[in-house]
Amino acid sequence: MSQPFAKLPAWADYGLLPLINLIVAFLVAGLVVMLVGESPIDAAVLMVKGAFGSGDGVGYTLYYATNFIFTGLCVAVAFHCGLFNIGGEGQAYIGGLGVTIVGLGLGNSLPWWLVFPLAILASALVGALWALIPAWLQAKRGSHVVITTIMFNFIAASIMVYLLVGVLKPLGSQAPETRVFGDGGQLPGLGWLLNIIGLDMRSAPLNISFLLALLAAFLVWLLIWRTKLGYEIRTMGFSPKAARYAGISELRIIIITMMISGALAGMMALNPIMGAQHRMQLDFVQGAGFVGIAVALMGRSHPVGIVLAAILFGMLYQGGAEIAFDMPNISRDMIVIIQGLVILFAGALEHMFRPSLQRIFQRVGRVKRETASVVTAGGGQ
Amino acid sequence: MAEPAIELVGIDKRFGAVHANRDIHMLVEKGTIHGIIGENGAGKSTLMSILYGFYQADSGEIRINGVPVKIPDPNAAIGLGIGMVHQHFMLVENFTVLENVMLGVEGAPLLKNGIAKARAELKRLEREYQLDVDPDALIEELPVGLQQRVEILKALYRGAEILVLDEPTGVLTPPEADHLFRILEQLKDQGKTIVLITHKLREIMAVTDNVSVMRQGSVVATRKTDETTVEELAELMVGRRVLLRVKKGEAKPGEIKLSVEHLTVRDSRGVVMVDDASFSVRAGEIVGIAGVAGNGQSQLIETIAGIRTAVSGRVLLDGQVIDITGAADPGELRDRGLAHVPEDRHHMGLVLAFEEYENSILGYHDDPLYLRGPFLDIEAIQADARKKIEKYDIRPGDPRLKTANFSGGNQQKIVLAREMERDPGVLIIGQPTRGVDVGAIEFIHKRIIEMRDAGKAVLLVSVELDEIRSLSDRILVMFAGRIVGERDSDASEGELGLLMAGVEAKEAAE
Repeated sequence: MSQPFAKLPAWADYGLLPLINLIVAFLVAGLVVMLVGESPIDAAVLMVKGAFGSGDGVGYTLYYATNFIFTGLCVAVAFHCGLFNIGGEGQAYIGGLGVTIVGLGLGNSLPWWLVFPLAILASALVGALWALIPAWLQAKRGSHVVITTIMFNFIAASIMVYLLVGVLKPLGSQAPETRVFGDGGQLPGLGWLLNIIGLDMRSAPLNISFLLALLAAFLVWLLIWRTKLGYEIRTMGFSPKAARYAGISELRIIIITMMISGALAGMMALNPIMGAQHRMQLDFVQGAGFVGIAVALMGRSHPVGIVLAAILFGMLYQGGAEIAFDMPNISRDMIVIIQGLVILFAGALEHMFRPSLQRIFQRVGRVKRETASVVTAGGGQ
Repeated sequence: MAEPAIELVGIDKRFGAVHANRDIHMLVEKGTIHGIIGENGAGKSTLMSILYGFYQADSGEIRINGVPVKIPDPNAAIGLGIGMVHQHFMLVENFTVLENVMLGVEGAPLLKNGIAKARAELKRLEREYQLDVDPDALIEELPVGLQQRVEILKALYRGAEILVLDEPTGVLTPPEADHLFRILEQLKDQGKTIVLITHKLREIMAVTDNVSVMRQGSVVATRKTDETTVEELAELMVGRRVLLRVKKGEAKPGEIKLSVEHLTVRDSRGVVMVDDASFSVRAGEIVGIAGVAGNGQSQLIETIAGIRTAVSGRVLLDGQVIDITGAADPGELRDRGLAHVPEDRHHMGLVLAFEEYENSILGYHDDPLYLRGPFLDIEAIQADARKKIEKYDIRPGDPRLKTANFSGGNQQKIVLAREMERDPGVLIIGQPTRGVDVGAIEFIHKRIIEMRDAGKAVLLVSVELDEIRSLSDRILVMFAGRIVGERDSDASEGELGLLMAGVEAKEAAE
């Protein structure tokens, strides 16, 4: 009785429904493209070609996806605890500080494979500490993390500007960025990986932090569904009352979860800083923290879904850049509109088509049952 | 025979695989009180939701006063003179009675005229049916009995000729329930038709003219109330003979296991919820706490179980003090042999989104039995869950099934299995059979008695007075946070009812 509609089979829930949402998003985006007088089909071809048509295209797509996997996981882990961490942007930004300190300090003296683990630890630690304060305020004082993490994004941005135009900038330079790291502070690319599948990557910045992102996704899955801590996190997320009943400390779980979440966001900084630019630049996060929210929503807070959604958004970023380049009527801002539509339909309006789909499945299910009963009745004669 | 107010002809409704209503035929005579009785999940509420336009029947016809009608939404139902009083009141707490009554039928964008008209109409209704309520009182300040009266007034204000009441007495004291029944009689005398949905046999016998019994989505029988018995109805409901009163032997109370001394608890707003409560529970006895919902029982057991903190007082478990004022830890209490079946199994006792086996360790997930380092030993947990499923006959017997997909009775069995199988010294049980079907009630009651006979100290809280009386060896009555009396298990219902209503113990004894 409490279930007014039939439950969808898993394949429809996790496959068909997101696909429908995506198709509608692209249809509406196509209308927008038509409105400015370009062919939506050409634009679509350009986007897919730009994102997957060449070794460099794939390299860029996966490079962007790496950022989104980290920030998507950051949001998802907090989601599982019932917390909405909007601070991925700031946690990633400030996480760059950890990468930079290790990269500047050790990049000239140690090989990359020694610097990398230290940089991972440093970025995760700084990101986690940045999330610790909002977590503490939430757990102890009831200050809502949504508000505090947004504020901490601004604080992080201000601190980083202050540092990048001050202490971190080499003397005599006009650009708000650090000096280039030594060889040890530069991560190897993944050109060889694309070579295996016959693609040739020349200038794209795809690097081994992509593999780290995949590993992180697996570890998050392990954490959430296979460990005692994950069990406690999910209990808290579904029902704080049940957590209290089970003797799970709210303070402890909120703080641990937010710190894991912040650590994942902080690790995002590895990709652009150590992997691509080999220095820290102003505003290197470029909104990836916020895209992570859409990625987590679309990926249903499941690591597999997040990896797929991150690749989709990587495609939008890379393919969108190609469209803006080739179609004079479509500016960079138009691309943002299209990305916004995808977020709207795939993320925010995720449940729009669910009732109708459920109704269709219910009807199909009934017809099947009736046929089945006719068959059994017939067989009984 | 009087002319029918409602005729249901061949109503059929499915929700996916669940066949909620099967080919229902029912006839409700005008100017009568018609009872619908059945276990949880028998399809009573679905049927009434179809009548009130919340759901559409897949097939079948509804006739109101002999005319076939379509009821696409509740507005259409109201238009046809059908009013509904829900189990959970649909009232705006910080509105006045008047504002609630006119909500949705204000008549004009400006309220001035509407208020005057509503006030006059409300007066007339109050006079006609003797439903006295102060129209300017705030809902949140009214006792539940009066809030329910406002719900009835709301329906009458909208011109209801047919009144459907869904489990109306769940929140009332016995005297309040009796008062409600008098109101219903009065409405009947004025020519209204009343449909009363309930799972309490006693109420059916007390107030209805006719009764339909539902089981598994079908109407299995319709009887004239004078011509049937409680036993017959119970058997029809369950489909087999049931023991309405549990059989149990003499209690053999042992040493004191749990003792509560001068316990005072405030809620988050600072209101005193438990007021200087003292009592003890011995090994091998069941102590029942009777009381109308909201008189501090919930806070009392949650404090003992370490979920809430107290302002003052002491709780001793096996003679050892439990830290109840500071950060009491339910986990630590479990280690010390205190098990707790919470009142609110949907939000506290279970995580409905979890699979069954995940809930089978809630609260005991620190036990090394279920762990392998930091990882859950999923195989061990599932094997353990399967054992409990077998022993407690939990259906369907699939530990991988989502807990929300179990029926109320089976959900409760999941909690009971988890708490009882730990072999605790003290067992606190809140509302053991709320939302549980009759078949499972029998099983649960038996298990509780078994725990007692095994020498456990059992503290039982229930708003079902029958349950308290049939299970308990001693009965404490709570009213407004205080323990206002202690009685033996053979105390009369009337005596307990008066205590529950706050009538002083001395007066009650007279």
